[in-house]
Amino acid sequence: MDDGTQTIATLPLARAHIDAGARMVPFAGYSMPVQYPTGVMAEHQHTRAHCGLFDVSHMGQVILWAETVEAAARALETLVPVDVLGLGEGRQRYGFFTNDSGGILDDLMIANRGDHLFLVVNAACKANDIGLMRAALPPLGVEVEVIEDRVLLAVQGPEAGAVVAALDPQADDMRFMDVGGLTLAGAKVWVSRSGYTGEDGFEISVQVSQARTVFDALCADERVALIGLGARDSLRLEAGLCLYGHDIDTATSPVEARLTWAMQKVRRPGGDRSGGFPGEARIFKELEDGARRARVGLRPEARAPMREGVPLFDAEQGGTQVGQVTSGGFGPSVIHPVAMGYVDAAFADTDTALWGEVRGKRLPVRVTALPFTPLRFKR
Amino acid sequence: MKYTEEHEWLRVEGDIIVVGVTEYAVTQLGDLVFVELPDVGRQVSRDEDIVVIESVKAASDILAPLDGEVVEVNEAIVEDPAMVNSDPTGAAWFFKMKVPDTSAVDQFMDEDAYKALID
Repeated sequence: MDDGTQTIATLPLARAHIDAGARMVPFAGYSMPVQYPTGVMAEHQHTRAHCGLFDVSHMGQVILWAETVEAAARALETLVPVDVLGLGEGRQRYGFFTNDSGGILDDLMIANRGDHLFLVVNAACKANDIGLMRAALPPLGVEVEVIEDRVLLAVQGPEAGAVVAALDPQADDMRFMDVGGLTLAGAKVWVSRSGYTGEDGFEISVQVSQARTVFDALCADERVALIGLGARDSLRLEAGLCLYGHDIDTATSPVEARLTWAMQKVRRPGGDRSGGFPGEARIFKELEDGARRARVGLRPEARAPMREGVPLFDAEQGGTQVGQVTSGGFGPSVIHPVAMGYVDAAFADTDTALWGEVRGKRLPVRVTALPFTPLRFKR
Repeated sequence: MKYTEEHEWLRVEGDIIVVGVTEYAVTQLGDLVFVELPDVGRQVSRDEDIVVIESVKAASDILAPLDGEVVEVNEAIVEDPAMVNSDPTGAAWFFKMKVPDTSAVDQFMDEDAYKALID
């Protein structure tokens, strides 16, 4: 993506970000705001204390149409180890596309919007995801519609509920992972009560022609501050949420990634719709026998952050490499370095002492429970 | 005050050179969360990485601007890296070094030349 041979796409609201003083950087083929003038630390803390507004229009929005939403759900279940059929109208759940070797092709949100499924997929994976669905789903009676004319905004933080309800009081009726329609500043928008920060909040899909109106209406609320990709990353890391391409990828299975909570019983061995997704053999074997490695939270005990790629050892000197950091940095809310990574199963228990090698020095790090900050969803 | 292309500032105090990073560097780096300074007494060579600074997002190195000996480091910025963001050219100096000849700093940019570089 960053080799300069691909064109960089411009967000529909790019002008608004630049006018707000954003520093724009190329990310997943888009020119994206990485931070605004207050900086990553202040943006992170504002989101945890008040309400952050993120433009995540780089993400892919896809609708699956079929004769019935049940038919679309049954078809999508051939690509994801998730109970899509059991997802009620007006509800959303997390899932992932798997490959034949049981790795993760992408993670996504799946919403039942009554007469269709609405999916949100990662920017860097969306071309592959769409190709995968267009190959697999039409023979099962599903039309794959890629939504290109809608902006996606996220509003996150403890005041997000009040901010959105001030524009449409019906927002108050939604709880975590509900989806529905609201009218914000005259625009009919698709909304889910979810996000990627560990805070309460909403993701709002709005037509490009009305996006600036909605964006300005949200910005006009003094509780709202614009938040860039930098703080988005530190917020999701503190919340223990995976970043595709870093914490999960085609080599990591859902069992290794400790995402089996997203694989409902009905798709597991003995369930009514057990299996029938790519990589079933490996995933079921790991469910039974355990995986050889696991994704864990990591708490560096010195001041130095341990970033992606830092190798983890079982001794301060010598010893064996038993894992690697996949995401790491500083947690502005917990005020210490935070990381996650994979370690061999024997070292995955909470409180296991390990050493991360940073600039040639082994520094202590402890396996810790995720998340680092309490999740504050409106259940 | 003199400036390097690596966005360090140098100030001569008697036979000692005080080194820090510029306001511009701090703006580019963002909020600092970690600083690692060299040991006092260390002999360093020009362009050797001797300081590590990390912001929320990324790590960077600071180079020794000249050959010399580190004679003092600012432990206050290790305790509170945010000081570097709030007062980079004052209280948040990084280290002091003894060099064979302080006139060596004359080779670096003056304020006008540095401003031209970052504009």
